[in-house]
Amino acid sequence: MTRGPTWFNITSLVMGFSFLYLPIVLLVIYSFNKSRLVTVWGGFSTEWYVSLLHNDQLLDAAWVTLRVAFVSASVATVLGTAAALVLVRSGRFIGRSLFSGMIFAPLVMPEVILGLSLLLLFVAMDQSRGFWTVILAHTTFAMCYVAVVVQSRLVGFDKSIEEAAEDLGCPPVKTFFLITLPIILPGVVAGWMLAFTLSLDDLVVASFTTGPGATTLPMKIYSQVRLGVTPEINAVCTILVVLVTCAVIAASLVTRRQQVQKERDERTAFGAEG
Amino acid sequence: MGFLLGWGCVLAKKSIGPVRREFTPWESPDHPPFIEFRNVTKKFGDFTAVNNLSLKIYEREFFALLGGSGCGKTTLMRMLAGFETPTTGQIFLDGQDLAGIPPFRRPSNMMFQSYALFPHMSVEKNIAFGLKQDRLAPSEIGDRVAEMLRLTKLEQFAKRRPHQLSGGQRQRVALARSLAKRPKVLLLDEPLGALDRKLREETQFELMNIQEELKTTFLIVTHDQEEAMTVADRIAVMDKGELVQVATPAEIYEAPNSRFVADFIGDVNLIEATVVRKSEAGTRLDSVCEGFAIETNQTTDAGIGDRVWYAIRPEKVRIAHGRGEPDAANQIDGLVWDIAYLGDVSIIHSKVGKGDRDTILRATFANVSRMVENPITWDDEVVLSFDRDAGVILRG
Repeated sequence: MTRGPTWFNITSLVMGFSFLYLPIVLLVIYSFNKSRLVTVWGGFSTEWYVSLLHNDQLLDAAWVTLRVAFVSASVATVLGTAAALVLVRSGRFIGRSLFSGMIFAPLVMPEVILGLSLLLLFVAMDQSRGFWTVILAHTTFAMCYVAVVVQSRLVGFDKSIEEAAEDLGCPPVKTFFLITLPIILPGVVAGWMLAFTLSLDDLVVASFTTGPGATTLPMKIYSQVRLGVTPEINAVCTILVVLVTCAVIAASLVTRRQQVQKERDERTAFGAEG
Repeated sequence: MGFLLGWGCVLAKKSIGPVRREFTPWESPDHPPFIEFRNVTKKFGDFTAVNNLSLKIYEREFFALLGGSGCGKTTLMRMLAGFETPTTGQIFLDGQDLAGIPPFRRPSNMMFQSYALFPHMSVEKNIAFGLKQDRLAPSEIGDRVAEMLRLTKLEQFAKRRPHQLSGGQRQRVALARSLAKRPKVLLLDEPLGALDRKLREETQFELMNIQEELKTTFLIVTHDQEEAMTVADRIAVMDKGELVQVATPAEIYEAPNSRFVADFIGDVNLIEATVVRKSEAGTRLDSVCEGFAIETNQTTDAGIGDRVWYAIRPEKVRIAHGRGEPDAANQIDGLVWDIAYLGDVSIIHSKVGKGDRDTILRATFANVSRMVENPITWDDEVVLSFDRDAGVILRG
């Protein structure tokens, strides 16, 4: 049996990756196009990146997106961590499985439905839509992802570490900040990054819940593309791709470190020979 | 001990086992207890973990709670630490009722079975953690940490994180951390369970030395009877949430008060018998399995004809070919059935009694010489002999 790559393997690999990444590569290449026409190569240039700096509409949208992503990710991290703590720690209480099922439901819920229901809620509350409603909406679905990530960190957590802290004279709330939080911090940070990224590139939920003056970058791009793709849009998208890629890589690095750390902690907890 | 021995000689009375010199506060009824459980019951739903238990532990004592898993020993300790609340009953420490006092305000410290070291702190910071909670001056914290590092021989590991230490070193960090605050009582929950046998034995002696040096009251929970007997001044044997016997290791071993204790601690022959004669000088028992009687200097409150058990440890039974020892009060003919050669000793199982009601009697045979002329072997006819004071009569 041959172990080396066969022609069939190589072909399927190339086709698969082309299918996934060719459009993105084309987009990145054409963002450096000198020509005004999107599909005709007119030589290398960075003029579209420069002109981007003078496009106030796009910059505003980007600023809104970053603020929304930062605030919603932070709120979602606090709420998601609290939810994970309750789910892992409280043992059995009435409605526990219902609660844990409900917190994961938005993960599989179609975004259109989530967006629509939030829109209906805001309308019913007679709430004028804008910056804060988008944040609220993003917090809602990002919280679930944070809860999942933090929960996986908490499952291997030895409860007696907290008991030891209390036994040594540390009140429960202080114990949480001095002992529990530092130990689960990698999970919390990974959750925050995930929430940030999700909020950054969300189009559907944001379009349902936004109002005048709070246009996010994905929405701006989408509306401009409908009028015709400009090389400027290519440049914005390239920047977004780079940003998201960096965030995902950082999150996965943190998660990997967390995994290694968790194994160490478990060995500590069980007191095995290290 | 010399004093005790002299006293023993004058009265021509034998005493049971070694006792720490001049330290027997439990024998004087007026001595105030340091820790007291008063009618404590703890229920988890329908399950009763601790059942109406009362216990007194004295200052500077090394006290062991011994029992199988689920006997309530850990629950009892966790109630003292404050992690569980008694369903009914009271717990006193140094005269203070502990009810309503949260764990972080109790003057006890606990060493956890899993060690529960803080993985994100160095050894030094782990030890200093409790002292910082008391807001001691930094210089004093430094002094105490240094003292603890010296006591547990951890000086060169001060800057390491827990995951960079071996199991034995982690165990010592956990000990140092729980001792740093100079607690009124140190609680040890299966402290040596995760260590291998050799290290465990060493650590047991280290624990005893540290306890002697600090003069702190130690309460240890363990399921390992050897560990309890090695370290403790007194042992409480627990079963199903109740105390079965509270006594010194030697008393527990030599004078168990029930078949449960006799069987739980060490190896024992339990011979079912009936009382046939009683006097102040002793009792005569007839074995149920026919063929032999037992003469003992023990007295019993059982009446003539009552069913009792005679408990005798295998090492108190001597085994020999032929006539045995003519001056031993009890001599029983047996047939060697099985031999377990353990190196230092052999445990010889012999069939005694008559007909189909025979029983197995175990005798320990110390292998004091490398070569034996006529070794006891399978199917040999032997005589098993023991003295009048070799065993105890148990009723339950």
